[in-house]
Amino acid sequence: MPQTEPPVPEADAPSKASFWYDPKVRAVFYQIGALAMVGMLAYYLMSNTMANLERQAIATGFEFLEKQASFEIGESLISYSAADSYAKALVVGALNTLLVAFIGVVLTIIMGTFLGIARLSSNWLVSKLAAIYIEVFQDIPVLLQLFFWYAFFYEMLPGPRQAINLFEGVFVCNRGLIFGIPAADPAYAYMAIAFLAGCIAVYLIRRWAHQRQDRTGQIFPLFRVAAAILIGLPAITWWLAGAPTAMNVPELKGFNFIGGVSVSPEFTALLLGLVLYTAAFVAEVVRAGIQSVSKGQTEAAMSIGLKPGQVLNLVILPQALRVIIPPLTSQMLNLTKNSSLAVAIGYPDFVSVAGTTINQTGQAIEGVALIMAVYLIFSLSTSAFMNWYNKKMKLVER
Amino acid sequence: MKSIRIVFAVFVVLSLVVFFGCGDQQKVSELEKQVQELEKKLAEVKEAPAPAEEAPAPVGKTLESVRAKGEISVGVNEGLFGFSKPDEKGVWRGLDVDTARAVSVAVFGAPDKIKFVPLTAKTRFTALQSGEIDLLTRNATRTLSRETALGLNFAHANYYDGQGFLINKSLGVKSAKELDGATVCVLPGTTTELNAADYFRANGMTMKPVVIESTPELAKAFFAGRCDCLTSDASQLASTRSVAPKPDDYVILPEIISREPLGPAVRHGDDQWFDIVNFATMAMIEAEFLGITSQNVDEMLKSEDPVIQRFLGVSPGNGQALGLDEKWAYNIVKMVGNYGEVFERNVGVNTPLKLERGLNAQWTDGGLMYTPPFK
Repeated sequence: MPQTEPPVPEADAPSKASFWYDPKVRAVFYQIGALAMVGMLAYYLMSNTMANLERQAIATGFEFLEKQASFEIGESLISYSAADSYAKALVVGALNTLLVAFIGVVLTIIMGTFLGIARLSSNWLVSKLAAIYIEVFQDIPVLLQLFFWYAFFYEMLPGPRQAINLFEGVFVCNRGLIFGIPAADPAYAYMAIAFLAGCIAVYLIRRWAHQRQDRTGQIFPLFRVAAAILIGLPAITWWLAGAPTAMNVPELKGFNFIGGVSVSPEFTALLLGLVLYTAAFVAEVVRAGIQSVSKGQTEAAMSIGLKPGQVLNLVILPQALRVIIPPLTSQMLNLTKNSSLAVAIGYPDFVSVAGTTINQTGQAIEGVALIMAVYLIFSLSTSAFMNWYNKKMKLVER
Repeated sequence: MKSIRIVFAVFVVLSLVVFFGCGDQQKVSELEKQVQELEKKLAEVKEAPAPAEEAPAPVGKTLESVRAKGEISVGVNEGLFGFSKPDEKGVWRGLDVDTARAVSVAVFGAPDKIKFVPLTAKTRFTALQSGEIDLLTRNATRTLSRETALGLNFAHANYYDGQGFLINKSLGVKSAKELDGATVCVLPGTTTELNAADYFRANGMTMKPVVIESTPELAKAFFAGRCDCLTSDASQLASTRSVAPKPDDYVILPEIISREPLGPAVRHGDDQWFDIVNFATMAMIEAEFLGITSQNVDEMLKSEDPVIQRFLGVSPGNGQALGLDEKWAYNIVKMVGNYGEVFERNVGVNTPLKLERGLNAQWTDGGLMYTPPFK
């Protein structure tokens, strides 16, 4: 009978630490604890709010969205009237915010890039002017700038009856910039399709050109061909569709201009204020990005025979963009969020429309939740896009 | 209240366990015991019906809480000349302010036991619902949805208003029916936007609103010609016109497109407080009807008329019924004045607003100011 080994006395084994000394266990415990606290706090806030609302007999929920809004909105990208629902009014507001944010972001990037480059110019005057601009516009609160531009427009420009007629069909007055557009015709829809087709064609040609360059080293004049396709295709479509020339020209009728398209002073003031303000910050971001690429890179690129344009496009920019994109993203988000200052100068953005909705329905909590949700969606999608772009632009490490 | 404290205590104990108790098992078990005890207590508290004095904040108890604070929190307009605006010495003046003062006099026997909370049109109802203020006298219109869905009660109107249009004379418009296609400056956060849209729709006209949040900015844009007309309550139009660069260039069109009974508002759920606010407002109107002014109120104490005796508290009853001092109405008239005095002092024809009594005259003079008997 084999003798069983007596069990090793526990004292001899390396003493096992209590489980609460295990950093992993502790980490999990802390996290569960923190999560529980946050959860309980959220639950407490929610239930407290609900109980208070119930006690005060305030209706809750989002049913009001389907009710008739019964208020007009000054400018809208889609057709809207007071007979439409609150939901549609809010969509109009959201689109207005998107419009000003989108155009604002594009203009800001263009203007900021120019300013940033000008700031680094070897020309003393250009660089100093850019520096002064950046300092001045960075330091004045954007709300004051908005008030200034808005007051500038309505104080400087005459009323619609004395509108300044710049040239045929274009008027400027304190109701905005009003200009004629081509009257509706199916030809324009075809032209849009032709343009889209052109875009796809350019994309395919570009791919082919790159492949050919890799294979043979021959460079294809991509820019000129692309321009010809993108302009030529719609132009030919227009001519084939019967070359419509009828215009929808604005006319002064009663109080205001009828027809054409008008850009309101509120929109212009908001756009101008936001772009001029944010561009100053973007300029600094661009300057920092360019300065982060050492001069040796330029010299090395020149030494292998690249042209100045190629030096910028193939060597400097890919490295500078790495530094530029993350802070640029935050500037774009700033511009989008700052667009909510529109309420101060009467542009019907999302906050303005939601504000009216809150007041008419009294659904403050739901309204503010909607405002937060919409800005969160705008911000998250902007930063998702920029993160994707950032990843794409990152130096490929080998 | 108690349950919150206990929940908090549990948190604290738990965090203590987490942060300090890790090394010492004995301590841990001790603390765990404590936690269990507290949790048991919490369960007991939750099961037991909440004792009356622990009931959430001021509902049903506004008078007590106001007396305990020693002042009434009153929501007012940030600046509407004639209704509520601080004067050059920082003293709030206006018709709405005087209404609030009447309530202060009724409760405390003094007109200045008030904490004024300036509110925008957007925030005013939320402030009242949340209990931040006890009373709202901020030219707010009484409507069905505000009295139901928003959970408010409006007392007797202190001003019968209506929405109108202010327009530059140079446009040559004589009637609001000629405003088709006009650009209209509107102050947001009121029923104004809705009324204007309704009016234009009902008359088959189109409008283009320009909605600017702050009243002075809106007025500036209007005076500079950004809009063809400005729409708001007629009293506000008069107030805006009085600050125009050239007030005589502007005219209020004859159409009044809405009914706007403006009055003080309180939260649902405290009938006693509602009664006090309601009768303090009406006491000023009643005093004017009875011919009692701040000048002659002391003589009136000797009046033989039983109606006046009851009103001034010479024959007691009204004060006790409201839970107030018997001299409450006497004090209101003495310290604030009757409705006619208040009206003329703040918005009447001799003020920059130049408003006629119109709908706000006593019913005996063809107006709407009519109060129930004070008995």
